[in-house]
Amino acid sequence: MYHSIVLVKQVPDTANITGNVMQEDGTVNRAKLPAVFNPEDRVALEMALRVKDQFGGKITAITMGPPRASDMLRECLYMGADQAILISDRKFAGADTLATSYVLAEAVKKIGGYDFIFAGRQAIDGDTAQVGPQTGEKLHLPQITYLEEILKIEGRTVTARRKIEGGYEIVRCTLPVLLTVIKDAVEPRPFSARRVMSHKGAKSLLELEKMTEGNSLLYLDQLIHEYESRELFIKTLTMDDLKLDPARCGVAGSPTKVYKVESVVLSGGDQEMIEPTKTGIGKLIDKLMEDHILG
Amino acid sequence: MSTMTSDVWVFIEQRNGKPADVSMELLCKGRKLAHAMGGSLKSVVMGDHVEGLVGDTFRFGADEAIVIDHPALNQYRTMPYSRILSDLVRAQSPRIVLFGATIIGRDLAPRVASATRSGLTADCTDLQIADVAYLRKEYKNLLLQIRPAFGGNIIATIITPENPVQMATVREGVMEMHPVDNPVAGRVHAMPYVADPEDEIVTILEQHREENKVNLKAAPIIVAGGYGLGSKGNFKLVYDLAHALGGEVAGSRAAVDAGFVPPERQVGQTGVTVRPKLYIAIGISGAIQHRAGMQESNNIIAINSDPGAPIFGISHYGIVGDATEVIPRFIEVFRNKLK
Repeated sequence: MYHSIVLVKQVPDTANITGNVMQEDGTVNRAKLPAVFNPEDRVALEMALRVKDQFGGKITAITMGPPRASDMLRECLYMGADQAILISDRKFAGADTLATSYVLAEAVKKIGGYDFIFAGRQAIDGDTAQVGPQTGEKLHLPQITYLEEILKIEGRTVTARRKIEGGYEIVRCTLPVLLTVIKDAVEPRPFSARRVMSHKGAKSLLELEKMTEGNSLLYLDQLIHEYESRELFIKTLTMDDLKLDPARCGVAGSPTKVYKVESVVLSGGDQEMIEPTKTGIGKLIDKLMEDHILG
Repeated sequence: MSTMTSDVWVFIEQRNGKPADVSMELLCKGRKLAHAMGGSLKSVVMGDHVEGLVGDTFRFGADEAIVIDHPALNQYRTMPYSRILSDLVRAQSPRIVLFGATIIGRDLAPRVASATRSGLTADCTDLQIADVAYLRKEYKNLLLQIRPAFGGNIIATIITPENPVQMATVREGVMEMHPVDNPVAGRVHAMPYVADPEDEIVTILEQHREENKVNLKAAPIIVAGGYGLGSKGNFKLVYDLAHALGGEVAGSRAAVDAGFVPPERQVGQTGVTVRPKLYIAIGISGAIQHRAGMQESNNIIAINSDPGAPIFGISHYGIVGDATEVIPRFIEVFRNKLK
């Protein structure tokens, strides 16, 4: 029986930027981008599910993000996570990887009793691959990054294959350990229809608060109790719940700052258009051969 | 925290005593950064029997070397390497620490940045020293960490204004590499390796590594295909053209993700950076991540059916047309010229 905590993130779908997302000044309108479950985090959850399938235990999915991230946490429940926790506070806004890993590490400490922490190697909105190792460092955990496959788990020991430059290595590590998973490691399972039916009503604290607004017959405490008893409560942790140091959260806790943002302007101007005909291409090849670039 | 220095450190990555190219590239860049601040450039070399490696770092511009030479450091392992480097950073407070954005660099740098609470910016495509006014405060000699962001639609300049240590990772091939004209063997600061029980939590049981057979960086002619080719079958045309011209085949990230071409042939921010004599981009729209890996090519030909594709903006020659027609025509005409 092992307890896995999976670090997940909801990200803007930067792979599918279309016309109306780009604004006239060339910047990106984040609000118009669809939010998706970061692909490698989904793979990380699948890894945790396979550990549970084989050895039993439980899975807790956690995310730091805005209230709408509960959409992704419901997807974690649909895939098979036993519990989902939203770590959300306005004071977390603008966090870089250092501030994010501080919050996640403190949340992991509060949850406690874990054997594995799984995370995607990196998120598609920044591609930094920093939050996993930085969370591991703050928890004084060993790490196995670029995980390709778990080969064996025996008692308190895991043997795994990880990618290295030009190949792979096989490492052995005692638990607990933090692992970051690459995209091709395993294929994430689809949602279970049964779990979608049983968990589509799962609600975060903020969503329950919304339900009570303007409805005098609903009492928040009762509602929470009811959802908790049906295992449909997406627990929400704030800065105060975690007793965090405000100086280490959000913008205040982020040493890196965005100084300047420029939209990408292409220079161009001196390029020559070639007709896609035999004559056009022939002239181009002549020129390249004259310049000793071809031939 | 000790007082602020103007020193630039480069973590020297090595495999079996051979330095990674990216570490030498970073020394060349680091030297410029250090001199702009009036500081010195130090290589940080960890490993087993690394004397030769230390000499290499002087050839590429290091003023001094910090060396930890011990059999326990033979292979890179997260725990000893990050612990030792974090202790060094805390003790000596360099102004800048640079790492290659390799698997090792991306395993190590975040651990060190977290332990020392330093700012860290990943995958920079340029680094500069400048005086900066930020939020009504003046900062002298800050490191501008320039990188594409948000799916490559913007270029962001990141600064670390308030922290004594600024850290960044850079991909291989992004910075130029050349030995200095008159290298001087600088001072070597040999530091002892002190074992820690934590070092042994992770054991390497086996390692398998193949030298990369594809060497895009050395190829004078590269023919690259993108997702716009539509299918693996159409991508074969890229191989045909490369074969006819005597060039190497490359692909964009989208083409690699689609399985058209193997990952070791990926050009761009998350792949290889190349500067060939001739780069032919076919069915590649030209996202900035791709351009970051090829825009220094001497001659760029873009072939794309979309006349609005950004790739035309940086190409020297543009051909608007269907690749499945243009490529065979190109091959045919070229073969006739050779006769």
